[in-house]
Amino acid sequence: MSALRFDDVTIRLGGRDILSAASFAVEDREFIGMLGANGAGKTTLMRAALGLAPVASGTISVLDQPVTRGHPSIGYMPQNRGLAPGVRLTGYDVVASAAIGARFGFPRLDKAMRREIDWALDHVDARDLARRSIGELSGGERQRLLLSQALLGHPRLLLLDEPLISLDPAHQKSVVDIARRLRDELKVAIVFSAHELNPLVNAIDRVLYLGAGAAVIGPVDQVVTGPVLSRLYGAEIEVVRIKDRFFVMAGDVEVEREAHRHEHGHAHGDAHV
Amino acid sequence: MRMATPMFDYDFMRTAFAASGVAAVLAGTVGFFLVLRGQTFAGHALSHVGFTGATGAILFGLSPLGGLVGFTLVAGIAMGLFGEKLAERDVAIGMMLSLALGLGLLFLHFYTSAATQAAALLFGNVLGVDNSALLTLLLMAAASLAALAFILRPLIFASLQAELAEARGVPLRLVSAAFLAIVAIATAECAQIVGVLLVFTLMVGPAAAAQNFSRRLAVGVALSAGLALAEAWGGLTLAFYSDWPTSFWITALSGLVYFASLGARRLAA
Repeated sequence: MSALRFDDVTIRLGGRDILSAASFAVEDREFIGMLGANGAGKTTLMRAALGLAPVASGTISVLDQPVTRGHPSIGYMPQNRGLAPGVRLTGYDVVASAAIGARFGFPRLDKAMRREIDWALDHVDARDLARRSIGELSGGERQRLLLSQALLGHPRLLLLDEPLISLDPAHQKSVVDIARRLRDELKVAIVFSAHELNPLVNAIDRVLYLGAGAAVIGPVDQVVTGPVLSRLYGAEIEVVRIKDRFFVMAGDVEVEREAHRHEHGHAHGDAHV
Repeated sequence: MRMATPMFDYDFMRTAFAASGVAAVLAGTVGFFLVLRGQTFAGHALSHVGFTGATGAILFGLSPLGGLVGFTLVAGIAMGLFGEKLAERDVAIGMMLSLALGLGLLFLHFYTSAATQAAALLFGNVLGVDNSALLTLLLMAAASLAALAFILRPLIFASLQAELAEARGVPLRLVSAAFLAIVAIATAECAQIVGVLLVFTLMVGPAAAAQNFSRRLAVGVALSAGLALAEAWGGLTLAFYSDWPTSFWITALSGLVYFASLGARRLAA
């Protein structure tokens, strides 16, 4: 059984094909790193799997079932932009609001729900963090707390959208380590999108690379190559490999690093599309 | 001399305490989520739309409260349905706000004996609330709080993390429209007490102060309602003994509490 399967999927937004007839499958308990240029459709692909982006043709299935909104088997972590900057509530209240927020009614946390929240917090070592105000947490602590929300409801597939954004290398490593541990302990499949391959390269099972409407999945050393990436970027790409580190170069510009640098300046292209 | 008589000997004071109490609890509770969602300007604009509704109703010989509630309700639902993006667009809301006030002015122009009515609408006239109006306020507040309780879970979720809430199946637009409808009722109630120009003082002041004082959601909501109630009743009491306008005292207390909360937040940090 595949955790996530795209069959001939075309997604068109604003007259542009984000994906055209793309097919790939993420297997159960697989840790997939998803890469691609800005606007290549990483966020859109996740939103399509969640039933939030319109699919022009083809079929998407999650655990061999058709896509539905609010699928209980998917844990999702959106890109870290959603949380209002002035919010001073404790992390616990934020996570609790997510745990019970999908249904209507007066908020009451019963024992089972408290246990569920504690269980999710424990899996990302965030029980202590949750007592503090969300505004006081560092970037890495905040990501861990937000990541715990994706575990609520014991999902089988985690879609994590750019969890490494704005983190320094040490925190990037800790988030990747947590993701790998979640895959092993909870036996979930993970799709983890990122701008750079290197922080992920030792943790992931396979890589899913998006570009030019196509999606290519496979082992890193088969996908992250000059010919494949030249096709996906629509430009001459050279891949330089030094031990376990990959440098994706277009001429004399390092592509991934460049994309990441822009990320800090302004909201990037594939937000909300 | 007023000092000689305890204020609760007056019928109009008892009614004023009841009316301002009802409106303040509603405003403090609803206002907490308005501040949490960053939609305070939308709440401010709704009250100005209410001014148009009330003056229009007066012009056509209808009940001003009815016009106020009707207009704010329609505008609130419309703002909610246009989606988060429009409701947060300051320029569009600002234009709507001035357009509404201008239209209200036009209605007043056609209605000849407008001066006292206008002052009451703009700055409130809690001492003029009668028993039937009080009953209306009470029923509307009860209905609004019940509706708020019903949408509270998805409302909090969507307010804090809209994208995640959407992915989990929360109907964002429906929740947003329902919430702004509740805000509209709270705005209309506040306008009865402090007037359309000063709705901010009960809707936003106590709520913002409560969020500075507490990091817990439940504590914050209770504190916000409690502060609004204390400010409204404190304002009435001070107005009774000083003979200065009630709305002035409520804004003074609300401002004082808010700036104190800023100080407390700085000390705590």
